[in-house]
Amino acid sequence: MSRPVSYNLIKKPLESDISIADMPDGHMGEGFFATSLNTVIGLARKNSIWPLPFATSCCGIEFMATMGSHYDLGRFGSERVGFSPRQCDLLMVMGTIAKKMGPVVKQVYLQMAEPRWVMAVGACASSGGIFDTYSVLQGIDQVVPVDVYVPGCPPRPEAIIDGLLRIQDLVSKESLRRRNSEQYKGLLESYGIQ
Amino acid sequence: MVLTNEHIKQRLIEKFAEQVTGFEEPYGMLTFEAPKELNLKVLNFLFDNDELKFRFLTDLCGVHYPENKGRELAVVYHLHNLADNVRIRFKVFTDINQPDIYTATGLFSSANWMERETYDFYGVNFVGHPKLKRILNVDEMDYFPMRKEFPLEDQTRIDKDDEMFGRG
Repeated sequence: MSRPVSYNLIKKPLESDISIADMPDGHMGEGFFATSLNTVIGLARKNSIWPLPFATSCCGIEFMATMGSHYDLGRFGSERVGFSPRQCDLLMVMGTIAKKMGPVVKQVYLQMAEPRWVMAVGACASSGGIFDTYSVLQGIDQVVPVDVYVPGCPPRPEAIIDGLLRIQDLVSKESLRRRNSEQYKGLLESYGIQ
Repeated sequence: MVLTNEHIKQRLIEKFAEQVTGFEEPYGMLTFEAPKELNLKVLNFLFDNDELKFRFLTDLCGVHYPENKGRELAVVYHLHNLADNVRIRFKVFTDINQPDIYTATGLFSSANWMERETYDFYGVNFVGHPKLKRILNVDEMDYFPMRKEFPLEDQTRIDKDDEMFGRG
């Protein structure tokens, strides 16, 4: 016997119009709207992040599901997955990074243009995970600075989307001067990046 | 004529007398050992002999027996006679303080990468190897990770709490 199909009989009204971003704080009058440059640029950047997937294992498969029509990362302005580090804003490292792969991750990070963000997806990329062994890098934060860690082994697509939303949050609030600050330079210096 | 384990054993003893020792047949696979200086002579004999024809090196690997003083490291050759479909296992042992063993690359090209791997993980020094450097691990690694004195876990980690792994 075939299973009865249930349709979405109860209409769920949208909480807000998801195709338009919220207006930032500012002063508005007849024919003008004034806000800070930071907010406008943050708003533009956060809704057009180009991810660069660096997928080495099972977390990469979850990412493929995330990019697929069911979960669809494109809803958050990230449908354009770039496979060239020069054009991308967000490095997503998904999967076990062996020590031999470490310099490759770093090279890819170096090839990205500022501003750039990094997301470590899954236990292996965040901490080495179950592979506590001589051949595996114990977290990619040993070679590149990481902005958001997504836990899970592997994380579900919802978790990856949550990680992207947190990246968006960081992107929208970032000061335009941050990348020139002494603190940021010091951070890169600590990774030997100039 | 079928090439039996007994026959191979007889031929080896005829040729090398008491120098080949430790004959065993775990799960029907003939296994024996020889002094490490003789490894190429034995391999050559097994290769060239018209009856034995062990001309395919399936695998070459190392083993570390820390309690076996004076012969801590073993190098194991797995040989295959493709014509008769017979496999044998040949071991040589060496002192860990001077792990020099002649390379089999002259006889089997496939030994090249396998000897590099054995060097990489056990530090066996294959004398005469064309390019004896690490193959799988990072070049900067300063130890041989499969030797038993090195713990499996990455020793650079400081966040691991032994209590949580039941060994506090």
